[in-house]
Amino acid sequence: MEELRNLYQEVIVDHSRRPRNFRAIADPSATAEGYNPLCGDKVTLYLKLDGDVIRDVAFQGSGCAISTASASLLTETLKGKTTREAQALFDSFHKLVTASGPAGKELGKLAVLAGVREYPMRVKCATLAWHTLRAALKGERRPVSTE
Amino acid sequence: MNPTGTEVAAAAGGRTPREFNVWRIREDFPVLRQTVHGKPLVYLDNAATTQKPRAVIAALEHFYTADCSNVHRGVHLLSERATAAYEEARRKVQRFLNAASEREVIFVRGTTEAINLVAHSFGRPRLGPGDEVLLTHMEHHSNIVPWQLLCQETGARLRVAPIDDRGELIFEEFERLLGPRTRIVAVAHVSNALGTVNPVRRIIEAAHARGLPVLVDGAQAAAHIRLDVQALDCDFYAFSGHKLYGPNGIGVLYGKAAWLEQMPPYQSGGDMIRTVTFEKTTFNELPWKFEAGTPNIAGAIGLGAALDYLDGVGLENAATWEQELLAYATRRIASVPGVRLIGTAREKAAVLSFVLEGVHPHDVATILDRQGVAVRAGHVCAQPVMERFGVPAITRASFAFYNTPEEVDALIAALHKVREIFR
Repeated sequence: MEELRNLYQEVIVDHSRRPRNFRAIADPSATAEGYNPLCGDKVTLYLKLDGDVIRDVAFQGSGCAISTASASLLTETLKGKTTREAQALFDSFHKLVTASGPAGKELGKLAVLAGVREYPMRVKCATLAWHTLRAALKGERRPVSTE
Repeated sequence: MNPTGTEVAAAAGGRTPREFNVWRIREDFPVLRQTVHGKPLVYLDNAATTQKPRAVIAALEHFYTADCSNVHRGVHLLSERATAAYEEARRKVQRFLNAASEREVIFVRGTTEAINLVAHSFGRPRLGPGDEVLLTHMEHHSNIVPWQLLCQETGARLRVAPIDDRGELIFEEFERLLGPRTRIVAVAHVSNALGTVNPVRRIIEAAHARGLPVLVDGAQAAAHIRLDVQALDCDFYAFSGHKLYGPNGIGVLYGKAAWLEQMPPYQSGGDMIRTVTFEKTTFNELPWKFEAGTPNIAGAIGLGAALDYLDGVGLENAATWEQELLAYATRRIASVPGVRLIGTAREKAAVLSFVLEGVHPHDVATILDRQGVAVRAGHVCAQPVMERFGVPAITRASFAFYNTPEEVDALIAALHKVREIFR
């Protein structure tokens, strides 16, 4: 039970139940779709940029608690960040959930997803929104897939 | 001391035959005797693959340690033994299916390859623009995609017989769809997602009344239902060894000899030929015409050993026990708040699919796994079924005869834990 709580922390359960910024942005500067064909999780990410700064970020989609909470936390974290900072966060987050590095301070709330590293089958759930972010920043048109 | 199977069955309100002793049977499956995440393994993913009894593992080991050789070629003793064992396995399958002849038993990699073989060699020459292939809404992707690709290639189209909210085929609709352009009917015997047992005999009668051939996808049926392809009168029957306590990578296509003889080869190469010159090749007889290249010899022998083992247990005994487990699990799961069963057909194999309100199946499966309970979560290769029931995915517990009512209890307890975490 204790172990499972490391994965399903209250914050994660809360964000999966009531995802933040769960909406479309009418006139996004960038958008991308992500898809995990293994489990069917889908996410669409919308970004509103002001120059290099992310003014607004939102998402829609369906998925498990981990992927939904991860997307929700991503939107909370990215608001006000520059695209360069967002890219750096992608790298730190990836290290966080694959256990290839310690949780950096810059991750803030995202650190609650560290428990995922004990569940290799679920890492893709946590990173789906982040891969989608990267695709949106690169302006990719085709949906990104975790496979 | 462990209770006997009979006592457990009595506790579960069952009427299992006296000779069925699940605790003794469990001894035959080495893999079951382990802990995962510090908990006893409760393996409830049998619709994905079944575990292998020691007899099957021993047959594989024996082949590789004593008889390893190629078949149908060598004149040396090992090749003779390998060939004899391989062909004996074919006769075991023939008896298992009650096929009229061993010539009608073709070894393939599994159900998927069997269906692809029929689509390619039987379907393609029969389909043209406007023709139709009739399926049901509960098919596994492996009985959809080969036909879909063939339709794209030939200009034919897929027709899909609908199912009702219980997950049963709407037979009148199925009959209505048997039209003048229907060329082939392909149906699951048992749905992998819903557990529904299709009325295959009625389906075949209705199709044959219109002169239409029927392929039955038996992947989920062969381990649970006594088969008699002659009584059923199906034109083709496909199943996989690994869902039948046998090894991976071996399966069977049964086909009526009259059809198989007409059909061109599926793959070509060695062993499927009679004579080869650069001008012309003549093909081998049935069943070898359809077995190009070195087959999965060990796999076939292992499948034969699995059928022998199943004979010892008794398929009917196994099925009765599984039905009791299903009934018990169906009763018990009602105690978990927010459960919705997906698939409530009146006649079901031992498959319990469900969704838990407010919790995604992948989260359910992860939490169950940490308590030792292995289940399947996802679209279970039946996305049209998910769409029909309006869910993105399901959690599926599927039972084999080595499962126990205590394991059902473990599943239910684990589901209550899920509820606790997602309060």
